[in-house]
Amino acid sequence: MRRRYWCDRIARIAMVMSVTGLISSLGALIAVVLAKGWQALDWTMLVRLPSGSYYLTGEEGGILNAIVGSSLLAIGATLLALPLALPVALLLQPDYAGRTRVAGALRILLDSLWGVPSIVYGACGFALMVALGWRASLLAGIVTLAGVILPLMVRAMDEVLRAVPKPMKEAAYALGLTRWETMRFVVIRQALPALVTVVLLAFGRAIGDAASVLFTAGYTDNLPRSLFDPVASLPLAVFFLLNSPFPEVQRQAYAAATVLLVSVLVISGSARLLAHRLSRFVVR
Amino acid sequence: MLTRSTKERLATLWVGIAGATTVLLAAALFTALFARAFPILQRYPLTALLFGTVWQPAKGLFGFYPFLLGSLWVTLTAMAVAVPLSLLTAIYLAEYAPATVRRTLNPLIDLMASVPSVVYGVFGVSVIVPCVGKLATFVQQHLPLLASEAPPTGYSVLAAGLVLALMVAPTIVAVAEEVLRSVPVSLREAALALGATAWETTRFVTMRAARAGIIGAVLLGFARALGETMAVLMVVGNVPRVPRSFFDPAYPLPALIANNYGEMMSIPLYDAALMMAALLLLVSAVAFNLAAQLVLRLTQSVGRM
Repeated sequence: MRRRYWCDRIARIAMVMSVTGLISSLGALIAVVLAKGWQALDWTMLVRLPSGSYYLTGEEGGILNAIVGSSLLAIGATLLALPLALPVALLLQPDYAGRTRVAGALRILLDSLWGVPSIVYGACGFALMVALGWRASLLAGIVTLAGVILPLMVRAMDEVLRAVPKPMKEAAYALGLTRWETMRFVVIRQALPALVTVVLLAFGRAIGDAASVLFTAGYTDNLPRSLFDPVASLPLAVFFLLNSPFPEVQRQAYAAATVLLVSVLVISGSARLLAHRLSRFVVR
Repeated sequence: MLTRSTKERLATLWVGIAGATTVLLAAALFTALFARAFPILQRYPLTALLFGTVWQPAKGLFGFYPFLLGSLWVTLTAMAVAVPLSLLTAIYLAEYAPATVRRTLNPLIDLMASVPSVVYGVFGVSVIVPCVGKLATFVQQHLPLLASEAPPTGYSVLAAGLVLALMVAPTIVAVAEEVLRSVPVSLREAALALGATAWETTRFVTMRAARAGIIGAVLLGFARALGETMAVLMVVGNVPRVPRSFFDPAYPLPALIANNYGEMMSIPLYDAALMMAALLLLVSAVAFNLAAQLVLRLTQSVGRM
C-alpha cells in the first residue's frame, strides 16, 4: 500500500519537474536573448544599412537590409502560398473531394510534406534555380519559402474549415446556393477569424525560417531593387554576425536575434489575440 | 458578367488545379533532388557512399558514414532528453492539470514551437555550449572513460542534443496530449473505481490505450530532430569524424548541406554529393512521417471503438 502511494507521489513530482523544466527553459531563452540584445540594440541600427567597418567593429551600420529582406520574403511567400493553400483546403472538405480516397491520400501527402526539413526545400529550390538559370534572388527565396509554409497552411486551414457546423452548409445548399457560393458566403465567412490566425502563424514561421533561404535568397548588404536581386534576411544576419570573430559584431547578432524574436512573438501573440477578438463575428 | 454556374465551374477548376499543383510540388521536390544527385549515384555504388568514412571532395572521396552517424548521435541524444520530458509534460497537461493551468501552459508550449531556429541557436551558443564545456572539462579530469579526445570546447553532440530536445519537445507534447485526451473517460473511471491510484490509471490504462499514438508522437519528434539545421549547425562543432563520446563534436547531414553550399559548384561531383545528402534527408523524413501517421491513424480507430 505504502509503495503504491509513493509511486503516485514520485510520478507527480516528476511531471511537475518536467513541466517546470520546459517552461523555465523557454523563459531562460527569452530572457537571455532579450537581455543580451537589449544592451546592443541601438535604435538607429534598425534604419541603417551595414556600411564602413560594420563587419569589423559592429559600428556605423545596421540591419535594415535584413529587416526589409525578411519582411519582403515572408510577405511574398504568404501571398504566394495563400491562393494555393485555400483551394487545396477546400478540396479536402466533404463538399469537394472529402468523401473520396483522393482527400485521404492528399492529407497523407501534405502531412509528409509538412515533416520535410526546410533545408531540403532549400536544396530543392537551389536545384530548380540552377535548372532555370536563376541567380539567388528574392523571387527564388519567396518561391522556396512558399513551399515550406504551404503544407502547414493547408492542413491548419483544413482543420479550421472542417470545424464549420454542417447544418450551416446544409441550410445554404437548401436555399439553392451553389457549392462555391456556400464556400464563399458561408464557410469561409464563418471560419475567417481562424483563417486569419492560420495565415499569421504561417507568416511568423516564414520570417524565422533560415535554412530554406540560405541557398535561394542569398545575402547582401543592399536593399533589393527588383525581384531578381538577392536579399538578406534576419535569421541569416543573426547566423553570420554571430560567426564573426569580433565580440562587437557578435553583440550585433544578439540585437538582430532580439528583433527577430520580438517580431515572431508579437506576430504569433497577435494571431491568437485576433482570433479571440474576431470570434465575436462568428455564429455559434 | 459571369453567370452563377460559370463561377461555380471556375471555382471547381481552381480547386482542382491547386490540388494537382500540390501533388506536382511533391513530385518536383523528389525529382529535382534525384536528378541533381544522379551523377554521383551513377559513379559510385550506394553502399560505398553510405559506408565510406572518408570525406575529401577535392580527391573525389564522398563517404557519408561520419555524417549519418553524426545525425544519429545528435538525434538520439535529443530524443533521450526530450521523450521523457515531453511525455511527462503531456501526461500532466492531459490528465492532472486543472483547466486554468492548462489554459496558461498550452499557449506557452505553442510559443516554444514558434521561436525561430536561429534563436535557439543563439541560446545554445551563449548558454548551453559554455555549460557543456564546463561539464566536459570536469569529465575529462575526473572520468576519463567518458571523456572525448578533442579539447572540451562544449561544441558537441551533447550541446546539440540539448538544444534539439528543447526544439522538438513542443511537437511531442502537443501530439501526445491530444492522443491522451482522445482516450475515453469511461476507461479512466473504471480503473479509478477499482481502486487504482491516479498514476496507476495513467500508467496501466490511459497510456496503454494511447500507446500507438504516443509512439507516433515520438516518431514525429524524431523526424523533426533529424532535419533541424541552423540551431544544430551553430552548436555541434562540425568536425567530419564519427563521434565516440557525447563531448565529441559531430557533423550531421543538414549541417553538411548548409555549410558547403558556397563552394559546391567549384569541385566536380560536390554538388551532386550535397544533393544526395538532401535526398537522404528527404527520404528518411518522409519515411518517419509516414510511419508516425500510420500509427496515429491506428489509435484514432481505437479511440472511436
